[in-house]
Amino acid sequence: MAELLAHYAARFEALAGSLGLDYDPVDFELVPPAFMLEVSIYGLPVRMPHWSFGVRYIYQLVQTRMGNSQIFEVVFPGDPNRAYLADTNSVAENSLVTAHVLGHADFAKHNALFRRSRQEAGAHMVEQAATRARRIERAIVTFGQGAVERVLDCALALEQHIDVNQPMGRARYPLRVPEGPQRAVDAFSSRFRDLPGEPVAPSRPVVEQRARVPARPENDLLWFIAQYAPELEDWERDIFLAVREESFYFYPLFACQIMNEGWAAYWHARLLREATFLPESVYLDAIKSHSDVVSPFAGERRLALQTNPYHLGFSIWERIIETQGVEGARKIRDQEDDFGFVRNYLDANLAETLHLFVYEAERRGRIEIVSKDIESVHERLLAPKFNYGAPRVSVSEMKTDGTLVLTHAHRTDGRGLDLDRAVRVLDYIHRIWRRPVILHTVDFQGASRVLKAGPERSA
Amino acid sequence: MSEARQWYDLFSRGARDWLRHNEKIRDAVRQELPDLIAGADLLSRPDNRAVQVPVRFLEHARFRLQDSDTRMGVGQGEGQTGDVLTPVDSGREGAAKAAGHGEGELSFLLELKMDDIVDWVWEEFRLPHLKPKLSPAMEGDDWVREGWDRRGARARLDRRRTLKEAVKRRAIGPAGPAFVDGDLRFRQLARRPRPISAAAVFFVLDVSASMEESQRRLAKTFFFWALQGIRRQYARVETVFIAHTVRSWEFAEDEFFQVKGEGGTVASTAFVHAMDLLHERFRPSRFNCYLFYASDGDNFTEDHHAAERALDELVPGLSFIGYVETASDALRHFPDTEMGGLFAGLEYAGHPAASYPLNRADDVWGAIRSFFRERPRTEEGTHG
Repeated sequence: MAELLAHYAARFEALAGSLGLDYDPVDFELVPPAFMLEVSIYGLPVRMPHWSFGVRYIYQLVQTRMGNSQIFEVVFPGDPNRAYLADTNSVAENSLVTAHVLGHADFAKHNALFRRSRQEAGAHMVEQAATRARRIERAIVTFGQGAVERVLDCALALEQHIDVNQPMGRARYPLRVPEGPQRAVDAFSSRFRDLPGEPVAPSRPVVEQRARVPARPENDLLWFIAQYAPELEDWERDIFLAVREESFYFYPLFACQIMNEGWAAYWHARLLREATFLPESVYLDAIKSHSDVVSPFAGERRLALQTNPYHLGFSIWERIIETQGVEGARKIRDQEDDFGFVRNYLDANLAETLHLFVYEAERRGRIEIVSKDIESVHERLLAPKFNYGAPRVSVSEMKTDGTLVLTHAHRTDGRGLDLDRAVRVLDYIHRIWRRPVILHTVDFQGASRVLKAGPERSA
Repeated sequence: MSEARQWYDLFSRGARDWLRHNEKIRDAVRQELPDLIAGADLLSRPDNRAVQVPVRFLEHARFRLQDSDTRMGVGQGEGQTGDVLTPVDSGREGAAKAAGHGEGELSFLLELKMDDIVDWVWEEFRLPHLKPKLSPAMEGDDWVREGWDRRGARARLDRRRTLKEAVKRRAIGPAGPAFVDGDLRFRQLARRPRPISAAAVFFVLDVSASMEESQRRLAKTFFFWALQGIRRQYARVETVFIAHTVRSWEFAEDEFFQVKGEGGTVASTAFVHAMDLLHERFRPSRFNCYLFYASDGDNFTEDHHAAERALDELVPGLSFIGYVETASDALRHFPDTEMGGLFAGLEYAGHPAASYPLNRADDVWGAIRSFFRERPRTEEGTHG
């Protein structure tokens, strides 16, 4: 199969080039399905060991054995892109996957979020992650399983709590700042100040004071702990920053999932249609796989309580290319993420065609369609994507005794944190922060609650 | 595109991390073990030397919003606002809800070997190891290997040793025949007395009408763990089960805990019975004898002196006597009960005796700890 597939891959690449797909080289590898499974669990081909991956692995293994899921393809953007194909899939399926991967590679080279992520985290994340995994394995030998696990328990639990709007290699806060009300000095405000006609600020002696840490609520918990934890060892900081770096790498995949899968689905369909070199039987099987992949429904059902990102993205892209042509679509590919993509290009008309609806499921099991309004469809689709899919928890204060104060923005999130889990996460943090940790949130009645981890925690 | 077989055929990271997870579960179970097993019905399967504990997968906690009463989402399919979709997908939705808490909801059966459990418990409580009886009397003799000799029975010829001797001889002297008689080495055996490594444990249970099912259950759990502790220490453990009301009977282990008696309590009958069996079956010089008595504390007042006398005669033959009182109501208070008083007296007189109140399953560990801690002190007391 390998030779045949390599042959098709070369033809697909030539075809893709002539259709205007532009991408960094793709390194295809045929691997056993067990490895595909692991890659999809760990998120990277070689990644740090942690018991929580083992749980997901078994869970997924059971799912796969029951036939509930099949993993077709995994691709890691970079230079080169690394794509893994299951060696148990048929030639037709893998032809489809090859074409699909080319779509992803094109997307990853041009989309703004991916480009930024590449600037920040580099184009060799797969290799870097493997190196770090080895470093962490060495740390296990040197410092012991328990010690490394304590760090990973904390860092991986906070995986989503990064601030993607800040550079990855962020400096610590300035030690001293001018006295008086502090304003953010960003590029915009300084340009604004320099505009002709703006009153020149009266120059007065600048009195400096010690800066508050953090100056403003800090969302990047991984960064903050790595930088400011009172007694963090260097090797522990190393692990924290490793997890953070991988998190930066994963963000575009998370934030552009609908767009990215849709784009790849559009291009695999188009490449297949124009692949005159494919024998009839392979083409038919591949097209059959395509329609399974982009089907909104599982099996014979005609109703689904979730949306299939392949299908949704594919439909939106088809509509865009219909109306704006491929060039227009390329601009959108470059500039949007799922938020803009869904809000701007999933219009009421398309939502109607796709029969999208917003439902409400009660705990008892009653499920009702509550709206077909396009605004609420948008917001419900995007709700799980805000803030990397995590509740908004920020560092609000670091007290003089080192106590870390976290605040949950429960008003923005609409409700409080799951208290049991929050306490456990606080315990993870406390073991690394090594000073008391406090978290403000609300309980299910909306009454404010202060959770604590540390020596003085009562019961 | 390469199809070359690579390292990932040989190694599964998922399996590695899964094993690590299981290791953590074992540790976690071990922490919880006393609570887990104090209530477990272990005695019902005395032959089964393993316990299966259902455990959940560990969950790696993350910040998460509270579950709300309703969940909103976007679906796809024919339908108008206001349509109720419950029947559709209800099975799957139910499953999704069950799995809603993620991996934490999956569970599997962890099998623990009884010997491991007992080891864990002993480590957990840092219980002292029981010392075998330090009496001059030894149980039989052992033949142990000790050294070599130039003479001996053919069967005890040590070929390797003999060959070495032959090599040595030829190395230092002029070459001779391959073997001479002087090269032969025979293994020697010597007689060594062996210390006592057997124990006899008497379990005495008050089954009079006042002992309720729950109390017998507590006693049963306690007896079980006391026996495990002793078993851990001795190569051979003999058990005797005696139940009494106004008279006493000996039972087989599996019947013992099912016994339910009628009427009053005359504890002396059981103690006399135990003493008879002790003399009949277990020479005190050859066995470490233990007696554990469980009762609700009542005893007929007329029996007071008889019981006291029986205990006084019984105790010198025992390495230890323990009493647990399973009180069911607040009217009687340990140790002010009839039996509590008797055992307090024994302890006061310097005998290796101890008592402990047993009200809840948790107390079982308290009792075990208190009794097995007690041992070294009394032992030192008796043996100097």
